[in-house]
Amino acid sequence: MTTKSPFLLSEQQTSLLETLISEMEQPSLLWTSGYLAGLAMAQRRVSLAVKPQEAAAATVAAAPVAKSTLTILYGSQTGNAKRLAQRFAAESEAAGLSVQLVDVADYAVRKLKSETHLFVVISTQGDGEPPDSAREFFEFLHGKKAPKLDTLQYAVLALGDSSYPDFCGVGRKIDERLAALGAKRIHNRGDCDLDIETVAEPWWVDTLNLARTALAPAGSVAAPQQNANVIPLHPSASAWNRDKPFSAQVLENQRITARGTDKHIFHLELSLEGSGLHYQPGDSLGVWHFNPPSLVDNVLATLGVSGDQTFTHKGETFTLRQWFSEKLELTRLTRAFLVEHSSRVNAGVDQADLQAALAEGARDALAAFLGTHQLIDLLKRFPANWTAETLITSLRPLTPRLYSISSSQTVAEDEVHLTVAKVAYDAHGEAHLGAASGFLAELPADGQLPIYIEENRHFRLPKNADRDVIMVGPGTGVAPFRAFLQERIESGAAGRNWLFFGAQHFDTQFLYQTEWQDALKKKHLNRIDLAFSRDQQEKIYVQHLIEKQGAELYAWLQNGAHFYVCGSTDMEKDVKAALLKAIAQHSGKGDEFANAWFAEAQKEGRYSRDVY
Amino acid sequence: MPQEWNWKDIVEMTGKPSSVEVLKKDSDYLRGTLAECLQDPVTGSISHMDTRVIKFHGCYEQDDRDLREERRKQKLEPAFQYFIRTRLPGGVVTPSQWLALDEIAQKFGRGTLKLTTRQTFQIHGIVKRKLKPAMQAMNAVMIDSIAACGDVNRNVLCATNPHLSEVHRTVWQQALDVSAYMKPKTRAYYEVWLDEKKVSTTENQEPFYGDTYLPRKFKIAISVPPVNDVDAFANDIGLIAIIENGKLEGYTVAVGGGMGKTYGDAKTYPRAATVIGFIRPDEVNHVCETIAGIQRDFGDRSERSQARMKYTIDHMGLDRFKEELNSRLGHALEAPRAFKFDHNGDRYGWVEGEDGLWHLTLYIEAGRVVDDVLLGLREIAGVHKGEFRVTTNQNVIIARVAPEDRAQIDALVAKHGLDGYRGASGIRKNSMACVALPTCGLAMAESERYLPDLLLKLEAILDRNGILDAPITLRISGCPNGCSRPFLAEIALTGRAIGRYSLNLGGNFTGERLNTVYLENATEPEILAALEPMIANYAKNRLEDEKFGDFLYRTGVLSAA
Repeated sequence: MTTKSPFLLSEQQTSLLETLISEMEQPSLLWTSGYLAGLAMAQRRVSLAVKPQEAAAATVAAAPVAKSTLTILYGSQTGNAKRLAQRFAAESEAAGLSVQLVDVADYAVRKLKSETHLFVVISTQGDGEPPDSAREFFEFLHGKKAPKLDTLQYAVLALGDSSYPDFCGVGRKIDERLAALGAKRIHNRGDCDLDIETVAEPWWVDTLNLARTALAPAGSVAAPQQNANVIPLHPSASAWNRDKPFSAQVLENQRITARGTDKHIFHLELSLEGSGLHYQPGDSLGVWHFNPPSLVDNVLATLGVSGDQTFTHKGETFTLRQWFSEKLELTRLTRAFLVEHSSRVNAGVDQADLQAALAEGARDALAAFLGTHQLIDLLKRFPANWTAETLITSLRPLTPRLYSISSSQTVAEDEVHLTVAKVAYDAHGEAHLGAASGFLAELPADGQLPIYIEENRHFRLPKNADRDVIMVGPGTGVAPFRAFLQERIESGAAGRNWLFFGAQHFDTQFLYQTEWQDALKKKHLNRIDLAFSRDQQEKIYVQHLIEKQGAELYAWLQNGAHFYVCGSTDMEKDVKAALLKAIAQHSGKGDEFANAWFAEAQKEGRYSRDVY
Repeated sequence: MPQEWNWKDIVEMTGKPSSVEVLKKDSDYLRGTLAECLQDPVTGSISHMDTRVIKFHGCYEQDDRDLREERRKQKLEPAFQYFIRTRLPGGVVTPSQWLALDEIAQKFGRGTLKLTTRQTFQIHGIVKRKLKPAMQAMNAVMIDSIAACGDVNRNVLCATNPHLSEVHRTVWQQALDVSAYMKPKTRAYYEVWLDEKKVSTTENQEPFYGDTYLPRKFKIAISVPPVNDVDAFANDIGLIAIIENGKLEGYTVAVGGGMGKTYGDAKTYPRAATVIGFIRPDEVNHVCETIAGIQRDFGDRSERSQARMKYTIDHMGLDRFKEELNSRLGHALEAPRAFKFDHNGDRYGWVEGEDGLWHLTLYIEAGRVVDDVLLGLREIAGVHKGEFRVTTNQNVIIARVAPEDRAQIDALVAKHGLDGYRGASGIRKNSMACVALPTCGLAMAESERYLPDLLLKLEAILDRNGILDAPITLRISGCPNGCSRPFLAEIALTGRAIGRYSLNLGGNFTGERLNTVYLENATEPEILAALEPMIANYAKNRLEDEKFGDFLYRTGVLSAA
């Protein structure tokens, strides 16, 4: 083995190091590695301990070398990209780089042409859309005004969910576009699936090394810089987080759809007592679940194995039942897994449907296939040569699910409330459950649930409480608006509140009906417009109400109202289209005006969405 | 005659008007805020005032009481729903109207029909947004629900005696006439349900009723002896047809009948109507309106439990009441003519009318047209050329069947098992129950859901004593308000609490004598334990043709007050 580190050390340093370690045995090597690591940490502490005045002075002093600053830009919808970017910034700084960490929402795009080193950490939403915070940046980059970037070196880490067809599409497009604009790729893009660390970890080790070389003058390691601009972690996020969830007690788990409907929607109340957790209206709750026991049994039976056998993978040993129940995704498949499965399908099994979904460019077919097949369906429809062990190594780790919080902490205090629709359907001749929603629906009233708070600072009530708010939340999309209204009532906000709600049936699915009625009676809720799609011949949805109430809506918007939408991605598209139409019509200024208005509103946070 | 009421007059007459009187007066002749409330999408309910007003349009707001607590926890309001009660004088509908009502129940209601003790239909389980289309669908087949409930003249009952084809025609026409004559004149119904444009008018919208209508509900029934199926004596006005030589001479008039009472309030009581005179057919409309006019002017508007005409008469004294009537009519009523009743039940099976057409009376348990009964009658309505008559005992008559069409009807009756009356016990054929739980807001105990159980247990007792055939009237009511006319039955249970009833005994088989309370607040085992020895004794010691109620008096189980 040779100490080949062409980027970090000069030739002379390399030679000295090789001489030194050639005579060392394992214990001395270990000790030395620890010693050097300690030295590196000590340097980092020095950099963090710089007093403000000194920092200011240092910034001035560092100005001449400002062009070698690394900018880490993140676009995050659910917080994962942000969390990674924060870590990257801290570690870059510890490695002696000059770093600035910026939320892409706060990034002045005109600065892009003067950047020299840029890392982008960005997620892809649903069907290939950027996070709301990144829309402007994304559009700018792909627009005519995008500058030549010949002097830029960059790397992109993309986050996504491979159960969607356009996996990591946004990161890919940014990566390709930066290259097209003349920028030089320092390192190949990393595409992270729900098990983020699997890809992110090795990508970051490589990228950091490459960055140190790129940013340092040849022959020397960059000295610690004092002008780092690392946004501190939110205090609440540090105590409990995704990887260290708080075990919350379930106080209540109440079905809130009436008998007579097959929509099973539950209102959960969880205790945060003793956690010190804080949340804002608009935030989400991350929830860890187990897979449904019936599904786990089914998978074990199909594989023909006992759940009691143990298996060790990546240094962890669990029984097969534990692996399938607590550790792996069984309900969301990925294209990569389909490919793997396809190669294992037993001879003689007709896998035409599977192949059709995997065909080149078969985006819609793939989406449809992934939307209708859980692991068990694949195993049964296309029997294949899997052992429990090979299957465990091929499946993705179980990931937590996010639910919009439906309470305001100013009212709920030590509680957090969720509104969960249980996904349950029959397909391929068997009953299917959504893994997390099925788990939550069955949670007993004294059970425990591992949770954490996921900030969503792009979905916030107006800072100015005099502003009116318009909330569009059909189905469980109404959850954050229950929180919004509670907060507005409790804080005595003077602005008016207007809610659009929709469901299939008035009699059985009018979520939180008595609460809205009470709020209306007390004039806390000023308007409510309801679309019950199946209570009459023609289907009526919230977007139809938006269109119908266009004149009044436009008047509210002109008065500065903030517009919020929560629910499915498709619904949001329809609502947005209806809103644009209403603005075009009632302003009397047409589509162009409406589009401009919308862009402005989105930028200023007067149009916000929480979609899934 | 008073036109627009002013409060001063009313207060002088009966004291501080009740809240319902205020609501009626404020309702703008039964419009209330119904038009707006029907549009309000946030609730399946209507305003407090409108829950009163809508009764005058033939609707009651109810909610499924079984679901209240469950829905409260689900953060949902109660499962509000309505029933529409049709105005159907004499209970006669054509086959196409039957089919239309069936279809309305399927499309807008819970899919079943209820035959009421006032000879009409109730369609239950209609949610607010479907009320208007249901009303419009009814009107499309010439059926309305005006004044089917509320403080007005309700659905007019008429004997169904199928033997007397000609007389039935005549008295049915009489029922239609008086119903139309005493119908409220406000256009509110047409505006709210049929989108008639409101025309502003200075004309008096209710020349007879005035803006506060009657103090309480008002009921008229026309009976044709020897059958008192309509229970003439349970009505505010009972008209008993006097037929001489096959020709209708006129009616003996009885006034002041009424069933309701309130437990623990001695001022309230059921009362059988008192015979006061005889009138000719062409006097019926005017005399009925004049009697109702006295009730309008003298009835208690302060306390609703004292507002029925039975109390008005007792408060005034019968003589004073008759004086007032004679003075308003300008002449004295003729002396009442004699009549004789045999029974107040229905005669099951086929009978031939005088005109050679045939009539088939079917037993419908508790008037519930559900499942096979619903399907069977639907199929019969599809081929039947005559008419249907709803009886006041919640049964149905397939009326006016040509002899050659009987076989076809019989086949359908057999196919759907509608011929249960054949083997039915005497008590089953003479049983009746109101709706009660879960939808009736007044119910204290089960009624129509309980009748089948109770019948089986009583039949077992009767069977053990070898008198399963004995015709005995049995009526259950979920509260003491008396929709199933319990206080005229030989055996009656009136609900006190879940699983507890007052046992009332000793009505007579013709519906002319009130029963009396035998047990208070009794459970089913207590009731059965009390009845078993009486029934055993009755089986052994009854005289020929002696009825159960009469037997209880003769043997001293009950004694005349």
